[in-house]
This record gives sequence, C-alpha cells and structure tokens, in this order.
Amino acid sequence: MRMLRVGQWVTAIALLLLAGVYVRALAYTPVEATQGLAQKIFYIHVPAAIWAEAAMILVGLASIFFLFLKDPRLDRFAAASAEAGTVFAAIVLTTGPIWGKPIWGTWWTWDARLTFTLFLFLLYVGYLLLRSAVADPAMRARFSAVLGICGMVEVPFIHFSVYMFPTLHPMPIVLKPSAPSLPGSMLATWLFSVGVFTLLYVGFVVQRYALSYLGEQLEAAGESGEGHA
Amino acid sequence: MRSPDLLRHAWAVASKDLRVEFRSRTAILAAAVFVVLVLVVFKFGHDETAVSNSDLAPSILWVTFTFAAILALNRAFQLELENQALDGLLLAPIARGSIYLGKLVANLIFVATIELLGVPLVALFFNVPVLPFLGPLAAIIALATVGFVAVGTLFSAMTTRTRYAELLLPVLVLPFMIPPLSWAVLATVRLLAARPLSEIVGWLNMLAVYDVVFVALALMLFPATVNE
Amino acid sequence: MLLAERLRHRFGAVTALDDVSFTVQPGQTLAVFGPNGAGKTTLLKVLAGLIHPQGGRAHIDGGRRAIGWIGHQPQLYAQLTVLENLRFWASLYDVPLPPDLLSRLGLAEHAGRSVRSLSRGLVQRVAIARALVHDPAVLLLDEPFTGLDRTAAEAFSRLLAQHAAAGRASVLVTHNVEEGTGLATEVAFMRAGRFVQLAPRGARGPAQVAEDYRNAIA
Repeated sequence: MRMLRVGQWVTAIALLLLAGVYVRALAYTPVEATQGLAQKIFYIHVPAAIWAEAAMILVGLASIFFLFLKDPRLDRFAAASAEAGTVFAAIVLTTGPIWGKPIWGTWWTWDARLTFTLFLFLLYVGYLLLRSAVADPAMRARFSAVLGICGMVEVPFIHFSVYMFPTLHPMPIVLKPSAPSLPGSMLATWLFSVGVFTLLYVGFVVQRYALSYLGEQLEAAGESGEGHA
Repeated sequence: MRSPDLLRHAWAVASKDLRVEFRSRTAILAAAVFVVLVLVVFKFGHDETAVSNSDLAPSILWVTFTFAAILALNRAFQLELENQALDGLLLAPIARGSIYLGKLVANLIFVATIELLGVPLVALFFNVPVLPFLGPLAAIIALATVGFVAVGTLFSAMTTRTRYAELLLPVLVLPFMIPPLSWAVLATVRLLAARPLSEIVGWLNMLAVYDVVFVALALMLFPATVNE
Repeated sequence: MLLAERLRHRFGAVTALDDVSFTVQPGQTLAVFGPNGAGKTTLLKVLAGLIHPQGGRAHIDGGRRAIGWIGHQPQLYAQLTVLENLRFWASLYDVPLPPDLLSRLGLAEHAGRSVRSLSRGLVQRVAIARALVHDPAVLLLDEPFTGLDRTAAEAFSRLLAQHAAAGRASVLVTHNVEEGTGLATEVAFMRAGRFVQLAPRGARGPAQVAEDYRNAIA
C-alpha cells in the first residue's frame, strides 16, 4: 500500500539522518565544559523528550476532533501517535540513566522530571492497554479518545510540577522564555536532531496508520459473509 | 438540563449507591481493615531514631486513602454491572452528568469515611499533633481526594466494560493520581512539621486548579463513555 | 407515536439493522419475531435512545420520559428492598410512587423485602412495576417471557393487554412465537437486520403465525 511505502521511506531516511546526528554530535560538535562527553546524549535525549510530550498532545487533539467528528481516521492517527510517543518516551527513559550514571553517579533517581517522564510513559502504556482491552472498534475509539484527552490535559500539570520541585535535573537551556543559552555549533546540532526526530515521528506515525488501515481492511474482508447480528 | 434537576438526580444516584454499599458493607470493611493493618505494620517496623514520626505519618495516611479510593472506584460501576442497571440509568430522563456526579459524590463520601477513620488513628499511633493543623489538613485531604476520585470515576465507567476491569483501572488511573497525591504528601509533610502556611498555599492552589480542571473535563467526557 | 425511519447500524463488520422502517400507533402492539442475532435487541435500544443509529432515525413522542423498558435483566438493586428500588426509579422520573402500583401487581406484602430474597417470578413482577412506575406511554419489551413459568407468563400477558387497552403502545421482541402472538396487533419477522415481513396480525392465531414465520425465515 502506498502510504505504508511512504512511511517506510521516511523512517529509513530519518534513521539515516539520525546516524548523521550521532556523527555530527560526536565528531563535529565541541565537548561541553563541565559535563564532558556524557553531555552529548543531550542531542538525542532532549528531542526525544520533546516529541514524547508533543505526541501526547497530538493524541489529545486528534481525540477531541474525533469525539466531535466521529471520523475513524482521527482514531487511527491517535493510536499511531500514541505508539510513536511510547517509543520516544522509552528513548528518554533509557538515555536519561545512561547520562545519569556518569554525571549523578546513579542510574535512577526519583527526581521530578524523570519521574514524570516515567508517568508519561505510563500514560502511553495505559492508553495502549485500554485499546487492547476493548473488542468493539467503536467503543474502543470512544474510550481511547476520552483517555487521550485526559492524557493531554495531564501533560501541562506534569510540566509545571517540574518547576515546583527542587531537582538535580538540568534546567531547560533551549526551550525557555528567554533566548536559548546554547553556543552556535551546539545549537545547530541540537536543531538538526530535533528535525530528525520530527521526521522520525512522521515516519512512525505514517507507517503505523497505514498498518492500522490495512488491518481493518483485512478484518472486514474476513468477517463479511460470516454473519449478521 | 437545569441545575436543580441535575443535582437532585445526582443526589438520588449517590444516596442509592451509598445505601447499597451500606447494606453489603464489603468494601468499607476491607478499607477499614487495611487502614488498621498498615498502621500496625508500620508501627512495628518503625525505628524512631531513623525516621521521624512526622515524616512517616503523611505517607501512611496517603497510602491508606489511595487504597480506599481504588476500592471505591472498582466498586462504583461494578455495582451497576452486577445489577445490570446501567441501561436503566441511561434510559431515565436524567442528564448523563447526573450519573457521573452521583457516582463521584458516593465515592467521595466512601473515601471520606476512611479518611475520618485514618487521621485520628495515625495521630494516635504515631503521636503526631494533628489538632492544631486540622483546618489546612482537611483542606489538603479534601482537595487531593477530589482530584484522584474525579478522574477515577470517569475511568471506572470505561473499565467495567472491558476484559480486565479490576487490573486495568489502577493502571490507567495511576499517572493521574500521582500529581495530586505527591502535592498532597509534600504539603502534609510541611504542615505537620509546623512550617508556615504560606509555604503550603501554593500546593493548595495547584490542587484546587487540578480539581476544577478534571471535574469539568470528566463531566464533559462522561457521556462519551456511556453513549453508543 | 413511535416512528422508525430507515434505521441502519453496524457493529464492526456485522450488520445489526439494515433499513428498518415502521410506525406504531397508540393501542398497537408490534411483535417482532426473529432468531438470535437478528438485531432485535439493537432495534429496541435504538428506539429507546440507548444507541445512536448510524443511519436513519427513531422517534418516540415524549422522549425518554414516555418509555418503559422490560427486558430479561431486571435492572433492580439486589441489596435494596422492593420499595427502595421503586422509590429510586420513581425519583429519576420525578414522579411520586403510585400508591396502587404494588397492589396492582400483587407485591404489597413483599414491599419491605430485599430483592435478593425474592423468587424469579416475583423479581420479574418488581421489574414490571419498575417499568410502569412513571406510567409510560410506550413499552419496549426484550424477551420478557424468559424464565417465567406459565402462571407468571399469563399474568404478564394480562398486564400488557391492560396497557394496550389503556391506549398505550408496545414493541415486543422475542424468538418465542407462541408467547408473543396473543398480544400482538402487528407482527414483523426479522432476520439479519431486516424486516422480512410486516403485517397486521389480523385473525391469525399462534399456530398460523408460527407457520408464516417458519416460511419467511427458513
């Protein structure tokens, strides 16, 4: 199916570019003064975190539109975005400790930001579990939409909580009210990485959406002629 | 639907729920036993030189309240399912919101009963001075409870119709309980440590905002969980 | 008074309602016969407003306030007494409990008993009382004879006849042609979401209707 192809190509290109990000980050970007080599994970960790949260917001928006318009395409998109978001949240949760061990001396700490990324991940897992627990497609779509909207509304509360707790976690240096305080070449690498992750998100969602659609076609073909209620 | 009708019907649903629970008494007794159990276990395991009473007490309080909330939530729509009465409620000429509000109020009263039991017991077992802080403590407890019961009531409407209802509900509700719960615990710790009220007001505000947002959201989304 | 217009509904790939249209006037009782899975319950739920049809529309004069539902699920709270149950349902309809309701159904002496302690036949009678508490203009009945013994079924039939005589309308769905025919003024056969036949009962008795049903559905 054409959409699946497109999705696969986009993902492939994005992964290639991701390799490019690694190369640029490791070889062509200056090493940060206080943190040393470990800081470089920032180029993967932060864009993944941005998209982990953004994906949830998109799930929420798609869910709101779904409840009004009842278009199953919106439900498919929400499900695809949720799966992509789960992947990104998992990336954040694995790259975080990889950075944390050399810098903080520990794999994990119940620091506010880490904890809340964990809960973002749990939101996603809950969403996917709910989807798998409901057999009827119409009910599944409605329930997922309800959960998706609640999840989206929850994200700002999670975000604000970060500023309320004392934390070991580095404070935002790019996405903050004043101008980014990152020097030129580092900023460039960072922006490049954000672009790559955006592409990755698009690739995942398009593929997943296409797979959903194909799955539904297969089910309909299998069930038709088998019975009525 | 006009407000007086909405509230009146909600109260009818709530009092019906409470009456049913009072007759069977299973959930409330389970919650009460859990409170006592937790207190006893923590008391025995507690090394007073290592962890001060006022550090431990808030956590104990909130563990028992959360458990009571989950019990209540599991029971809330289960009751309708067991009696196959949900369709009847949906057929009646009442706003969907009345059903949600009624369930919410019943759940809140259930949890409040456990809270009324838990606070004096914790104060007694752990020698924690609670009376001087009763007002603000009640406010923290009330606001946080509304926060997680509001979301939980909405979700239980969905999970009762799924395959693994009792497993799924806590999993779904957990990420939504953590913000109000953590704010409540932190506020309680500071309150019982006799810190000035100005330090606690921030958390009370956050809890209030959370409550308003999620009760409103739940009211808006509830019809989607029961309408087909 | 009750109108169904080109109703269409599917659950996934399964068609539950396929272009169903009919009307029911006051005093009429429409009996819908069909095998399991024909879409009968879905039809009732759409009429009651419990399900929003994907196509077409259903309308009942007076809305939900005018509808009473009797199914094989009693919709009563087992832990509460008969009186408490009826008072609760009455309060949702904003009506006082009719003083003669219990005696009309022979439930007066059981008023204070919990529903859990009642026999199946008595529970069904309480369920009927619950459906009638707000004096509905339209009764929707979903396999109401399930589990009723002979006496109870006869008593129930008499009640429905009274309801019709008072100018109310009913829609009764069942797979049991014998029990449903006596009450019906109109008869419909349903299969796979469609009405294969819809006609006044006329002078046909249960045997004749059963024969027509077999011919239409088989």
